Amino acid sequence: MARAVSAAEVAPTGYAWQVEARGLRVRAGRTMAVDGLDLRLGRGVHGLLGPNGAGKTTLIRSLATVLRPVSGTLEVLGTPVSGRLDLRGVRRALGYLPQDFGYYKRFTVREFVEYVAWLKEMPKRDVPGAVQRAVERVGLADRADDRLKALSGGMVRRAGIAQAIVNDPEVLLLDEPTAGLDPGQRVRFRELLQELGSDSCVVVSTHLVEDVAAACTDVVLVSGGKLVFQGTPAELAAAGGPDDVGDSPIERGYSALLGGAW
Amino acid sequence: MTEHHPSADSIARYAGGDDLPADVLWAVEAHLETCETCRLRLADVAPPQVTALTAAVWAELEPTGTPVGRRHRLARWATPSLLPWLAMTAFVVLAALSLDGLLPAHSASSGVLLIAPIVPVLGVAAAWSRGMDPAYELVVSTPRAGLQLVLRRTVAVLVAVLPALLAGGWLAGASPAYWLLPCLGVTAVTLALGGVIGMRRAGLVAAFAWAVLVVGPAVVVGGVPGVLAPGAAPVWAAVLVGGAAAVYFRSAAYARL
Repeated sequence: MARAVSAAEVAPTGYAWQVEARGLRVRAGRTMAVDGLDLRLGRGVHGLLGPNGAGKTTLIRSLATVLRPVSGTLEVLGTPVSGRLDLRGVRRALGYLPQDFGYYKRFTVREFVEYVAWLKEMPKRDVPGAVQRAVERVGLADRADDRLKALSGGMVRRAGIAQAIVNDPEVLLLDEPTAGLDPGQRVRFRELLQELGSDSCVVVSTHLVEDVAAACTDVVLVSGGKLVFQGTPAELAAAGGPDDVGDSPIERGYSALLGGAW
Repeated sequence: MTEHHPSADSIARYAGGDDLPADVLWAVEAHLETCETCRLRLADVAPPQVTALTAAVWAELEPTGTPVGRRHRLARWATPSLLPWLAMTAFVVLAALSLDGLLPAHSASSGVLLIAPIVPVLGVAAAWSRGMDPAYELVVSTPRAGLQLVLRRTVAVLVAVLPALLAGGWLAGASPAYWLLPCLGVTAVTLALGGVIGMRRAGLVAAFAWAVLVVGPAVVVGGVPGVLAPGAAPVWAAVLVGGAAAVYFRSAAYARL
């Protein structure tokens, strides 16, 4: 019998922005790491830049629904995630690579990605194909049946990216994904980012300015838990003058916008 | 709303790409977006070249790859860092057995009996602690991280721990009639508390409270404490039911652990 497309597959989205935060405040330990942040993110690759301690990781963790905001509103895919709510629907559409990517050493790449697919409640029949596709996309197909403990740091990072994209997430959160990747892998990773950003909202936290210049459609600059700047990489570059500190236009824009804060 | 489905003729002409008046075309298309029945009707009358194409595409999308391995399925029940807490359980039961030797010979209480009710609680705390589960941060951001995963891991802890306790209790002469209900009761209360303050903290609080309120006095005074006497069984049954009810009614609270 012919297969009909289901209603869910043709349903229009009910939200304007994949991520929308207003007056967001999130605590990390004793400090208010995100303090009154307003942010709207749509499709594309958003590079999250900022000095150490600016609240990048805390922001990503609250977007990943791990941390509960203290106050303010945070909507992911049109669903508020601030209170005690059923988060399952939102979490199914999320992909998350934590900064300290922890994994089970005895698992093979395939087993680990499959485990995450199960945690993300993917339909059983889709899992093997989706796992294979994710592993291929990060270029680990030839090592898919090797144990994670046998892989190099860069390969583990790529396995981490594979688990994040296995469910084709609508919001993909990557915290320092390029740490440990060699230059060649980094170039391939940027290509993958651009591909992913064409139909989902990708948030990449990084401190490598060249990653932003090469792969991001949008730059979000945070400092002291607040939004300092949001715009295209070209706009960030235009913010800097010849007197500002930095080796490239984007670095000069970065230091100009942060003033002495970096 | 009354349902007006397009006629078979207009569906066939739409499928064939024939000239339809613009208004009919628009109406058919708008209707197809919302009506699964008519999408099926459309699929049935699609010309062969289209069905061949879609069949080929769906065939490409058929799942491939190897089925899930055994270790992977075990991970659905226990954190893959299962071995550390199994080792810990064995250690605790052994410690309890050696405690038996330290207790006054005339006392009827045994270390296994005293410790049995909190061993699973420690296992639950271990299963949800960042230190023992390397992928903790990842797990708590997934849809499965909620009451279902909490219960699965608790079941896994009980399955691993209860046989060890039964064996230890048998060696020490502590009948399960004394400790089984308190054990399940304390676990249920811990789960209920976990929905409020987090599983790891709840496990530690319960273990600490038990140590201070029951184990301490029993070691000092000797004898089977009142809470472990067979007469307390109805109370423990009530605690178990109450804890389970609290968990059931507050199930949404487990989404953030």
